[in-house]
Amino acid sequence: MALPLLAAASPGPHTATSPLTWIFGLPLLAALLMALIPRNFRFVIRSLALLATLSSMVVAVVMFCQFRNIETARPGFLFVEQHEWSPAIGLGYHVGVDGINVGLIVMGAIVAFAATCLSRRIVTREKEFYILLMLMAGGILGAFASLDLVCFYGFHELALVPSFIMIGLWGRGDNKNFAAYQITLYLSAGALLVLLGLLALYLQLPPGERTFDMVALAGYFQSRPVSLAAERWIFPLLLFGFGILVSLWPFHTWAPPGYASAPTPTAMLHAGVVKKFGLYGLIRIALPLMPHAAAQWALILACLCLGNIIYCGLAAMRQRNLNLLIGNSSVAHMGFAFLGIASLTTIGISGTVMIMVAHGFLAALTFALSGYLDEELNTLEIHEMGGLLRHLPFIGTVMIMAMLAGCGLPGFANFPGEMMVLFGSWDRFPLVAGVAIWGALVIGGVYMLRAIRNIWHGEKSWPGISDPANVWRKLPYGLLLACLILLGCYPRLLTDSIAISVEPVARMASGEPGPAGRPSVQVPPPAAAVGTPQATVAKAN
Amino acid sequence: MNHLPLIIPEMSVTGLALAILLIDLWTPAARKPWLGYLAAMGLGVILVISFTNRITDNPATAFGGQFICDGLSIFFKRYFIGAAILVVLMGIEYADRIPVGIAEFYALVLLALAGMMFAASANDFILVFVSLELITITSYVLVSFQRGRLASLEAGVKYLVMGGLSAAFLVFGIALLFAASNSTSFAALNDAPALLAGNRLFWLGLLLILTGLAFKIAVFPMQMWAPDVYQGAPTPVTAFLAIASKGAGFVLLLRILFTAVPCISRHWQTLFMAVAGISILYGNLCALPQRSLKRLLGYSSIAHAGYMMLGVAALSSDGSAAVLYYLTGYLFTLGAAFVVICLVCRETDDIGALSGLSQRSPVLAFAMAMAMVSLAGVPPLAGFAGKLLLLLAVVERAGANPAYYWLAIVAVIGVVISLAYYLGVVRAIYWSKTPAGTAPIPLSLTMQLSLAVCMAGMFYIGLFPNAVLQAATEAVKALQF
Repeated sequence: MALPLLAAASPGPHTATSPLTWIFGLPLLAALLMALIPRNFRFVIRSLALLATLSSMVVAVVMFCQFRNIETARPGFLFVEQHEWSPAIGLGYHVGVDGINVGLIVMGAIVAFAATCLSRRIVTREKEFYILLMLMAGGILGAFASLDLVCFYGFHELALVPSFIMIGLWGRGDNKNFAAYQITLYLSAGALLVLLGLLALYLQLPPGERTFDMVALAGYFQSRPVSLAAERWIFPLLLFGFGILVSLWPFHTWAPPGYASAPTPTAMLHAGVVKKFGLYGLIRIALPLMPHAAAQWALILACLCLGNIIYCGLAAMRQRNLNLLIGNSSVAHMGFAFLGIASLTTIGISGTVMIMVAHGFLAALTFALSGYLDEELNTLEIHEMGGLLRHLPFIGTVMIMAMLAGCGLPGFANFPGEMMVLFGSWDRFPLVAGVAIWGALVIGGVYMLRAIRNIWHGEKSWPGISDPANVWRKLPYGLLLACLILLGCYPRLLTDSIAISVEPVARMASGEPGPAGRPSVQVPPPAAAVGTPQATVAKAN
Repeated sequence: MNHLPLIIPEMSVTGLALAILLIDLWTPAARKPWLGYLAAMGLGVILVISFTNRITDNPATAFGGQFICDGLSIFFKRYFIGAAILVVLMGIEYADRIPVGIAEFYALVLLALAGMMFAASANDFILVFVSLELITITSYVLVSFQRGRLASLEAGVKYLVMGGLSAAFLVFGIALLFAASNSTSFAALNDAPALLAGNRLFWLGLLLILTGLAFKIAVFPMQMWAPDVYQGAPTPVTAFLAIASKGAGFVLLLRILFTAVPCISRHWQTLFMAVAGISILYGNLCALPQRSLKRLLGYSSIAHAGYMMLGVAALSSDGSAAVLYYLTGYLFTLGAAFVVICLVCRETDDIGALSGLSQRSPVLAFAMAMAMVSLAGVPPLAGFAGKLLLLLAVVERAGANPAYYWLAIVAVIGVVISLAYYLGVVRAIYWSKTPAGTAPIPLSLTMQLSLAVCMAGMFYIGLFPNAVLQAATEAVKALQF
């Protein structure tokens, strides 16, 4: 890899091309190239898409390894690249990673590759499909890498709009038109609220110093905080704007039908990666810059997240369609992420970041598997299935493991994240945390185990149904599952760097000046969680 | 006369119009398209020459202060010429649907353009009225140019009635203004603010003038003509009304509010906010159920005028610069949309006519989809950058007056509503079940070129705001806030 990876740590003006630019630039470049290739060169188009996402994934993984090596114990951004764009309004190109977004970028790149692998089943208008898929992948990776508010917003929008066409053109079910409109209008409304909030934040600076640069903004607000009157307007705009994007209850109704109607790769990317944008925005922008409003809204947010966990969990229990069940359970999982944010503690917010990464893999994996079942069986009604494990040993095993991961079983990446969130929120909201544990373990256990029984066990026989033919076709599923298990067994891979970057966020959010320099809070739970998971669960119960 | 050099652009446009009428007498029917090319080329030369003139900081005035040549007027003159070139080129494509008098069509467009250029430089209410009449009267004829089509005639009559009404408002307002202040000159009004601030007669006059201008830019309360006329008029004329005529209304509005009576408009922010909010919601909500593409764009043009009123309501130089920026983006975006409509919607302008377009002509399908997405305000296209600047200007004022937050929220709600119908058009293009036809659509070289320029402009203005924003900021230096 001849990329100037190590130049990242050097000081001075960062104009050298950062690996981040490659990570999201490669898919976008591929989209541009594909537009020039005639549509009957199907093999070329598909190979180009695979090549782009594969190399983007490899660059992301290499970057992650180097990040772990260079990363020191101080918060700050690595692999920074910065160019002026429109100095008149303080707009610039600025990318960089720290502990909060590095995991998301790697996760996004891996999911994008897996989604491209699984696009093999798209047979109509492949050219358009792959162009849109590349736009979506490049857009969301760009949004996570951006440290400029306008780029941050613009890249997300780039990822959002293709989903409208993808659901409409290649979607499944009779409801797809409605679902396409619903998801697009809902998410645009959320994104525009966010935009208003971001603009208002930008305008808090005096005219000469205005900038859309997140780092500069954070630096400015550290010495001169946002006025309380402005916080009262801006924080709710950001909270509900980002909340809609992450399907915060009661703004979640777009998610299950939208995912159920979307083609498999779109659902994987959207539920896995695009949805995390809102949580990322809350952690990156809303919490640290507006601590007073964050403290005021924390309780409300904690109560709303119970809506996600309990209400959507119960809704998932009643679903007869596998995709709707997964969609609802994915919304329920977001409740934990919100609970971690509401806790305003280092450990809670770190848990949220961990859940974001873990859930990205999990949601992508479950939607990929349900997509496989849909293609093989032509139905996703749970009561019509049964006895499938004999015919689909590989898919079945992976699916059962994914569902257990969704229940929060130790050994999978979701467990340490949820554990950290519970530890973080216990002090502030003991009641909410207690109800959340109950909701997650009991309700989640009920619908997941019931789905496992109804789909995989039983007497039914399915002639002509079989596993993916060769190891290459099993690769995307295996890749996602391996990531889940890797992070489940060795969460410190991420949590160490997350904690370093989250600590100043939490300190600013809780309004304490705190000791400068080294973070005082260490993060015990990952190690503890790996050590004695059963005991911890028992204690939590 | 050292005043004449200032109006050379206007004189050359008028001369071009007369020349085309004359040359038409000796042109055989088969060669008529050349008249269009001649007009477009002539305008192109004038446009290029306008860029060689340096804008000085000191505005030059002529004819007793009636005519002013400053940054604002030059910005808008370039805008109008660009729009007119596009309309003339569309007219060449549309010529087979205009039974007689295609030369007069080009000449009328040029004469209306001359009126707009005078309007951009108007520094006196007399010149405002005369130039507006020149624009409006030529537009009556242009709207009903397809004499054989009932819809076109009907649209012409509607436009005539509403235009007459608004002209009456305008001239009555000017009379009241004159009665109160004894002057029609912007400079004189600006010099005597204390005298007029409490004068009810003056306020009423100004209000009537603004009502007259509201007709030109099609905002509440004078918006009702837009959908009918947009639907009935020949497509190039619709484009002309939507792009250039709206721009003329805005340059007059900005100049009257912020050079003639800045001390009064400062207190009218609530009025502008109400006009902006109501227009945005009205335009977008009414556009939702429309099936006719041109009617849909008519309603959406009301909403876009409302968005631009956001910049006026902000009462700041940033707001006005954002209006200019938005208009520039609007020129390219609507230009692309109308070129596609002109080519595709030959018999009917129902949205259904677009279905299957992605199979018939991928280029046109892509252009139309991009234009719709840009109108809706999705990055990285022109519509997004424009809306971003307008919202910035509005939210900037919210610190002092939280009502501006509500205005911004109304605008955002409007954008979400508009997504529904713009995406409806995209849907018709890409996944409609019943294709309107299967024949590929021929695309002449001129249209290819116009489309390419419009698309490039859309992306350029969305991605690289520097140059246009700088030009807009320079232009609004002529205004006071």
